[in-house]
Amino acid sequence: MPKRPKSPESDHPKVKGGPEESGRKQGGLGRRDFVKLVGGTGVAVTAGVLTKEVLLPAESNAQAAAGRRGIGPGPVNITLRVNGEDKDVAVEPRVTLLDVLRDRLHLTGAKKVCDRGTCGACTVIVSGKAIYSCTMLAIDAADSSADILTIEGLAPEGQLHAVSAAFVDNDAQQCGFCTPGFVMACKAYLDTQPNPTYEQVKAALGGNLCRCGTYMGVRKAVLDAAMRMKGGRS
Amino acid sequence: MADYRWPEAGKRSLIGKRISRLDGPVKSSGRVKYTYDVDRPNMLYGKMVLSPYAQATIKSIDTSAAEKMPGVKAVQVMREPGAGILWAGQEVVAVAAETEEQARDAARSVVVNYEKLPHLVRDVEPAKAGDRAKPAAEQTEGDPDKAFQEAEVTVEGQYGSPVITHCCLEAHGQATEWEGDNLTVWASTQNVSGIGGEFASGLKIPAGNVRTLTPVMGGGFGSKFGADTWGVACAQLAKKAGRPVKMMLERDHELMVAGARPSIHAKVRVGAQKDGTITAWSSESWGTGGMGTGGSPRLPYVFRIPNQRKRHTAVLTNIGPARAWRAPNHPQLCLITMAALEDLAAKLGIDPVEMFLKNIGMTGELSKVYAAELQKAAELIEWQKKWHPRGDKAPGVIKRGLGISLHTWGGGGHPSNCACAIHPDGSVEVSLGSQDLGTGTRTVIAIIAAETLGLPLEAVKVNIGDSHYPQSGGSGGSTTVGGVSASTRRATTNALNELLAKAAPSLGVENDQLEAVGGRIQVKGNPSKGMSWKQACAKLGTTLINATGQTSITTPTGPSARDLISSGVGGVQIAEVAVDIETGVVKLEKLVAVQDCGLIIDLKTAESQVYGGCIMGVCYALYEEKIMDEQTGRCLNPDMEFYKLAGIADIGELVVHMMTGPGYDERGVIGLGEPPVISSGAAISNAVANAIGVRVPTLPLTPDKVLAALEKGGAA
Repeated sequence: MPKRPKSPESDHPKVKGGPEESGRKQGGLGRRDFVKLVGGTGVAVTAGVLTKEVLLPAESNAQAAAGRRGIGPGPVNITLRVNGEDKDVAVEPRVTLLDVLRDRLHLTGAKKVCDRGTCGACTVIVSGKAIYSCTMLAIDAADSSADILTIEGLAPEGQLHAVSAAFVDNDAQQCGFCTPGFVMACKAYLDTQPNPTYEQVKAALGGNLCRCGTYMGVRKAVLDAAMRMKGGRS
Repeated sequence: MADYRWPEAGKRSLIGKRISRLDGPVKSSGRVKYTYDVDRPNMLYGKMVLSPYAQATIKSIDTSAAEKMPGVKAVQVMREPGAGILWAGQEVVAVAAETEEQARDAARSVVVNYEKLPHLVRDVEPAKAGDRAKPAAEQTEGDPDKAFQEAEVTVEGQYGSPVITHCCLEAHGQATEWEGDNLTVWASTQNVSGIGGEFASGLKIPAGNVRTLTPVMGGGFGSKFGADTWGVACAQLAKKAGRPVKMMLERDHELMVAGARPSIHAKVRVGAQKDGTITAWSSESWGTGGMGTGGSPRLPYVFRIPNQRKRHTAVLTNIGPARAWRAPNHPQLCLITMAALEDLAAKLGIDPVEMFLKNIGMTGELSKVYAAELQKAAELIEWQKKWHPRGDKAPGVIKRGLGISLHTWGGGGHPSNCACAIHPDGSVEVSLGSQDLGTGTRTVIAIIAAETLGLPLEAVKVNIGDSHYPQSGGSGGSTTVGGVSASTRRATTNALNELLAKAAPSLGVENDQLEAVGGRIQVKGNPSKGMSWKQACAKLGTTLINATGQTSITTPTGPSARDLISSGVGGVQIAEVAVDIETGVVKLEKLVAVQDCGLIIDLKTAESQVYGGCIMGVCYALYEEKIMDEQTGRCLNPDMEFYKLAGIADIGELVVHMMTGPGYDERGVIGLGEPPVISSGAAISNAVANAIGVRVPTLPLTPDKVLAALEKGGAA
């Protein structure tokens, strides 16, 4: 089963209320809620207070909220915690975490391939869980508890994390475009299951696709990486 | 005359060993920048407006709203009003804006009016295709009529393989940047040295003004040889905006237009004697590769059956242009032939391994290779123990079966130039305008250079992926490893000979008495008399050595590479499947691939090519199909949810055996990218027939088709 991203549940996202700070307590705006409001109507939402309770259907709300502070459709200032550092970016609410990482923060390890939550090439780890960053909105990742780990955060430049090294040694990559996603999925998996069997590996990485056909190497690499991580070689 | 031949088996320090790919670390750490990752200062993002219709004429285009959209910096009409549209997804307008989202918004706001015209998007039988059917001339060999009359047994069947796509994970596309009239293109291409000319002619600038950069690329499989309409449009946008533009295809666009493998369907009749000797072949085939006719497919495949009659009809459709797909045409022809021959064996009640061996003489020059491979593959899959006649009689709903297929490919080497520089400080560079598609080309070049110069792998710097390096061919047809191996071997040998000439006087010998081994230049047979590589290079003073080497197949007077490379390989694959006859789900249990490819340079990446080929084979055997809707003329599955590829759990166990060593090495280097993908579909189809007792006629072998075939009458 493909892994699906989980929306942060905190009531305190670091969404700063658009052009100006609202100065009030802000509630979480789930991806689904947002899509329901904006995607369904194509009309901008300007909600004064960002709680689910007051986000009303867009047409009525847009008028009711005229003149009040809101979120989108223009850029919103958010702070993302990426690889241990806070990053301030201004993005439209519709922008995915993947596009922010790649186009705004220049972290291009996560790849854009299907852009629809199928192939896993964009896998990053958010608060310990592997997610498809193409299906998470950046504003949903703007949460003080959401710790985003990209492949660039696995090891300093010029050094190899145990998982990356295992992918090299087992030739678990050809063109390499799916590889960062596989490495991150593998890392998240081994963090929760440090002693996988060969059969478990086959099931665990089913959320990532490769076109060159590197799966045999990937199976070996995951088992090899598990050994290396236990041996403290990372 | 320099001796370029490969070192003898006992004298190879790197060639043929298992060596990890050189760009592995930068790929698996996510650090390397692909075209899709290029980020130039002030770069804009491009998006395109695509035709929703499969056949139409553009009546009018209104870009005025788009031009006023936030962030929009340039708009380029790609097809003017009056121009025709021949497939859904054909590009009409391109826009460039500050962000990808703004560019997408702007593309949506372009208004295009079309006059919709009738289309055909299904590869229907020629009789139903009207004037879209383009028959090729009938081909005959021997006397098929007589042979069929005299045949003791005949078998008939219909087989087919649909249009599939390339689905490269890195979409087609490029970033372009102008400096005056000079253009730099970061392109996801298989053709670094070749596409500059296409950009130049599209943009009406001198070819020398275009520089192409492709340090790494995310998959091509035959679909990335050209500049493409979007490449030229991207450069036009960049020119208009005065800023760099990156325009990568969106996934749906990629699947709709950026690569299709032609379909084939065939009604086949095979004649034979009761002992299994194949005597006659006839086929009526058709298929579509878009609006092109292609040629007549070379049926039957691998086996040159003495008496043949073949008719082929191309059906012209509005599905988008065909592009070379890994081993162009071979997987389709292999399926048609191997399925028909396996059906013959089943009808005769003969073990197919025996039948193939009995007719192995019809495979020509490679017959001994095939015979050895058949025996090896049978041993690896435990054929004697596991094979049963058609239809698994074991109780239960899971039916098991085995299927075989044979394939061939040419290879050879494309034209290639290599420059080898040896610097006075001892450092070495080899430069070629080649590219590494993930096949391991970069690593192969380094291995050959290091082997030739007697240096460790890390002492050689490989420069590829830049059109400013010496011209090397596009990566197609498994010709790259041949082309770059021969040119690199020649360039590095020439460079070494110059160095030996510099070192010889101080050692008091002629240069042909010297050799480069283990980081030293020494007298042959007297290793103590010599000097380190660095000491030898220091004798160059301030002048570096810059030697070249060439692989030429185009000029008869050019350097022949016959001493280094050749062409023509054989391979055998046997699949083992388990089919659930209640659900129709086919599970690949095991696939054995036995492959010959001449002299192997890097055993590790060579095996990876075969694993990869087999996995792509599993994909098209069980999952892949570009599904077209006749009503709308559109592709119904242009996304990776419904354009299905195999996942890591879907490929069973793969066993790869390379035929190497004496008898194989002497042939020199032969390409390996294409061959292993050819047989997997046929082997799996045959295994399913063997399991369930009835042929599932077309790929992919999806549950609905398996159940339909069973309903028509399976032995299971």
